Amino acid sequence: EDAEGERLRLSAGAAPQGRLLCGPGLRRSGAGLLVTTCGLLRHRPGGGGAFWVDSQQKRYVPVKGDHVIGIVTAKAGDVFRLDVGGSEPASLSYLAFEGATKRNRPNVQVGDLIYGQFVVANKDMEPEMVCIDSSGKSSGMGIIGQDGFLFKVSLGLIRKLLAPKCEIIQELSQLYPFELVIGMNGRIWVKAKTVQQTLIIVNILEACEYMTAEQRKQALAKLSGN
Amino acid sequence: MAGEVKSKLSKNLLRMKFMQRGLDSQTKKQLEEEEKKIISEEHWYLDVPDLKEKESCIIEERSFLRCEDLVYGRMSFKGFNPEIEKLMIQMNSKCKEEEIEEDDKMEADVSDEEMARRYETLVGTIGKKFLRKRDQRVLKDDEDEDAEVEEGNNTRPSKRAKKMFLKPQD
Repeated sequence: EDAEGERLRLSAGAAPQGRLLCGPGLRRSGAGLLVTTCGLLRHRPGGGGAFWVDSQQKRYVPVKGDHVIGIVTAKAGDVFRLDVGGSEPASLSYLAFEGATKRNRPNVQVGDLIYGQFVVANKDMEPEMVCIDSSGKSSGMGIIGQDGFLFKVSLGLIRKLLAPKCEIIQELSQLYPFELVIGMNGRIWVKAKTVQQTLIIVNILEACEYMTAEQRKQALAKLSGN
Repeated sequence: MAGEVKSKLSKNLLRMKFMQRGLDSQTKKQLEEEEKKIISEEHWYLDVPDLKEKESCIIEERSFLRCEDLVYGRMSFKGFNPEIEKLMIQMNSKCKEEEIEEDDKMEADVSDEEMARRYETLVGTIGKKFLRKRDQRVLKDDEDEDAEVEEGNNTRPSKRAKKMFLKPQD
């Protein structure tokens, strides 16, 4: 397969065995691929091979299957309107919670934080969210509890934090007990025992984007020293 | 005379089922083909060459989740939220099945041996509850067998004979 622009040869010689996954930042055009965003081209050889472009963005576009943090802005009959940071507010039905029935409604107020996933997310329709997975279990989704702090970071940092064995998360987890919810729409919610601890974690996570590993370790050493 | 009658009958009549029973397969096929021709000529179609469907080996995906191996977004550390910590282990070890097995072993309150012992006696006691009267009597006789050998000797074989199914001889 070739990539447009300067016609790079992607796979070395042999034809791909199975279907090639072309991820965000790439489009199919004719027999090759077109690059639509600027960034680093990444390749994953496992599972039939996948190519995508690792680009830096702050604006989130709803994608089906993504887990995001939404803020409830309105209740309209049977449906909640959530702000997920996209172009449109997403809708969430009150029945899309674990153990919810017509009589047993979830206790959701305006201003609550909800962790859910998209079931419908394309450019033609309003995005829809649910707080249960395909087997009907909540598996961690639903209303996020009281207190805590919500802040916004860029999408690139989110992906770095969600990578398996992320150093930042591992180093932070050594500091003190806390709880963290990371949404793919750039929003992170943190809760620790005291307000001061919460704010420290927030500041580290925000600054992580532009710090090198060395600087980060120095900052953490100072904190644990205190 | 039959031939003359046939030629004067209308086509529609000949198409009816009861007239076709007598026909041989060839004429049947001819009639069917003629019908199909009429129907297909009435249909409209595009006089455009067929576009070959591209055999694409490329799947387009807009989510990073399928490309990169991302962990679950909800996390808790140092026991802040025990439910979420359990969930973390569950979600993140879907690829590693060994860890799940280990967790199951750790969480067992009752050991396997004790479970087997209890179950042995349990089956007997609960099973007795659902026996019908007849069966209960047999059970009681079986239990008393060891204690009193002579009593009920005559009745038992006949009862047993009644219980067993006698195959009817041919």
